[in-house]
Amino acid sequence: MPGGAERILRRRIGSVKNTKKITRAMELIAATRVARAQQRAKAARPYSEQLTGVIENLAAGGADVDHPLLRQVENVERVAFVVCAGDRGLAGPYNSAVVRSAEREIQALRADGGDYRILAVGKKVNDYFSFRNYNIDSAYGGFTDNPTFEDARAIAQRVRELFDAGEVDQVELIYTEFVSLGTQRAVVRRFLPLEPVTVMAEEGGGDAAALAGFSFEPSAGGVLADLLPRYVEARLFTALLDAAASEHANRQRAMKAATDNAEELIVKLSRAMNRARQEAITTEIMEIVGGAEALGDGSGDEAEAVDLERLLAQTN
Amino acid sequence: MAMQVEFVSPEDIMYSGEGTQVTARTRGGGEIAFLTGHEPFIGSLVPCEVRVSETSGDVKRFAVRGGFVSVNGSKVTVLSDAAVHAADVDAAQAQADLVDAEAALEADPSDPEAKIGVQWANARLAAVGSGTGHATDH
Repeated sequence: MPGGAERILRRRIGSVKNTKKITRAMELIAATRVARAQQRAKAARPYSEQLTGVIENLAAGGADVDHPLLRQVENVERVAFVVCAGDRGLAGPYNSAVVRSAEREIQALRADGGDYRILAVGKKVNDYFSFRNYNIDSAYGGFTDNPTFEDARAIAQRVRELFDAGEVDQVELIYTEFVSLGTQRAVVRRFLPLEPVTVMAEEGGGDAAALAGFSFEPSAGGVLADLLPRYVEARLFTALLDAAASEHANRQRAMKAATDNAEELIVKLSRAMNRARQEAITTEIMEIVGGAEALGDGSGDEAEAVDLERLLAQTN
Repeated sequence: MAMQVEFVSPEDIMYSGEGTQVTARTRGGGEIAFLTGHEPFIGSLVPCEVRVSETSGDVKRFAVRGGFVSVNGSKVTVLSDAAVHAADVDAAQAQADLVDAEAALEADPSDPEAKIGVQWANARLAAVGSGTGHATDH
């Protein structure tokens, strides 16, 4: 049936156009959210910087206390993995990159005879690991694109519970680091035990001039004991904010690629459709000419020519 | 000479201004006021009301659930994961929390959560200018 192919192609173009509209909208939304997430990460920086600053001063004040969060274990056998990815897909390799590096870590640990448990942050992480019957300790979700400090605190509390009770020897944090708008990478960071206070202070790299003669209340050790849990929360919160910004950046890129692909597909399909239409017209004309020739008696040549012109005008 | 005063919460810098005096309450040390030229100091805060006397003469009041205060030169920084401006305190809620927390403390006088709950409720009430304020020091 002539025109059938054309109709099918027209319908496909319509559907691709709709998809393009959706991916384009998602791209724009993600773009604004990246900006906001970056803004939030920036706004949150003073807090962790100040905390690190206090730690520097404490280190200079000679506080190196024996705190549960600093407890190092010789033979690490039980490890908790805090795996942070997203609640939703359509973000390119964002979720799978995190999940894969988590899985790699877990396999390596099991090969060494270690025991693991997973704290899944983000629905996608929970889906992946629960489907494969991994040992999930607890799951969090519903906030990964816009985490609040309360969310971080809830997770940090569970992490500390596990670590304080000695149920795990070490806690690893796996999330996506936001390097720049163009670069994000899944990283595995040691979360607990914390490094000795002096090491934290050195890494902080604060100005050495400030490190003089602080007095502490109740005492250097007392301040440190109060401070370390806050430091754990702040670090986790920073990671969540980084992950959120990375998620939006990845989604923006994935949706941009999808929009570009849709555009390309529309061009390709339009060409195919035009060709199909042209072919259908040609076929119709040929049929008419053939039919007219078959009907004509060969005497009225001129009348026939007029007729054909009229027909052509109609079909086009 | 004025001091630079900052309240830093995990999400952002919630207050920044110039003040002549900052009053807070540290763990073990009780009420403490900082004036310009105070020696370098870091203190761990109990739930309390923090007052900032601004150079303009205004007094800004905050309720702080805990955190740290750091004084260095002419700069006072309050680090707190739960601090609210007095204007944002829900007095009715704080009053209700106070009743709950006192009941919990009654039932188990060694419950640290309840004790902090009482102090936090009192801190909020003190910040809005009603209730017992600093009268309860457990």
